[in-house]
Amino acid sequence: MMNLIITSPFFGVFFTIICWSFGRWVQQKTGCFLLNGLLVAAAVGIVFLVIFDIPYETYYESASVIQDMLAPATAILAMNIYRQRHILKEYFIPVLVGCLAGSLTSLLSILGLCKLMSMDSVITASLLPKSVTTAIAVSIAESNGGIGGIAVAGVVIAGLMGTIFSPIFAKMFKITDPVAEGLGIGACSHALGTTKALERGEIQGAMSSIALCVCGIMTSILSLFPIFR
Amino acid sequence: MNIFGQLGIVLGICLMGEGVSYLLPITVPASVISLLLLIGLLFVGIVKEKQVAGIADFITSHMTIFFVPACIGIMQHYELILPQIVPFLFIGVITTPLVYGVTAWTVQLMMARKKEDEKP
Repeated sequence: MMNLIITSPFFGVFFTIICWSFGRWVQQKTGCFLLNGLLVAAAVGIVFLVIFDIPYETYYESASVIQDMLAPATAILAMNIYRQRHILKEYFIPVLVGCLAGSLTSLLSILGLCKLMSMDSVITASLLPKSVTTAIAVSIAESNGGIGGIAVAGVVIAGLMGTIFSPIFAKMFKITDPVAEGLGIGACSHALGTTKALERGEIQGAMSSIALCVCGIMTSILSLFPIFR
Repeated sequence: MNIFGQLGIVLGICLMGEGVSYLLPITVPASVISLLLLIGLLFVGIVKEKQVAGIADFITSHMTIFFVPACIGIMQHYELILPQIVPFLFIGVITTPLVYGVTAWTVQLMMARKKEDEKP
């Protein structure tokens, strides 16, 4: 009976929806940033699979369709850029230079620290794209020999940091220009940080969502260089 | 356009992205190529904003569900990650303000120059 249920083609999607809805509910109910919906969903999912002794492979067999939808979900980010095209045109050069500086800083500093602390190469490859949005980070990590799930963990850390501390960062680095602030938030903490940038102001929000797309594209190209592979 | 029609357009672009990614000599993720293709098609006007707006809004506001399987997948790798969890967290935390600082500083300097140039 149990076997019949967990090997059903609906099981993976059903189980994913339940975990995700629960995570979302907890986040909305508590409003606590540390109880990020995705973290809660993953924790509940893992605990459930372990308790009922369901192998990950069995779950993934029928859940892979959800994972595969990551590609269209990434492609759809194009709409973000397209909708901001007027503001992008106005600040084209600062956006390009700022995002390039941010992407390079992120890749080089993570690589340097990982080497310094002699981290495992699989973990290094997974952590390397942590500043960009999850969908792109997972593809970069996996094509560089990393693991998608670990990449997501890194991405969530960066996102939470940006969401919680970006107003403090602005004070710390004496950032007063709204364009600079928005790009900074988007470059270091992608879509999660963008939610905070939107609270800080309209320009900050728009610049942050531009930065998350542009940095994602730049990082995926920069990470092709041999030193990052 | 109905939601399946919109999904069809996006999936069609993703298939094109897969094809282009296969043909390219370098391994750019197919999803990033699809993103660039969709931007191009929107700017050229072959794909209209309203033809994908509905699915774009729906997907972006429910994006996190697509990452749940990958996150649950960490359970397979706990032996790898557990011994290195402290440096992992440390690097993740320390590099975030660094990236913010470099990006925002660079842009703020450029914006200050820009304003100076625009003064009569």
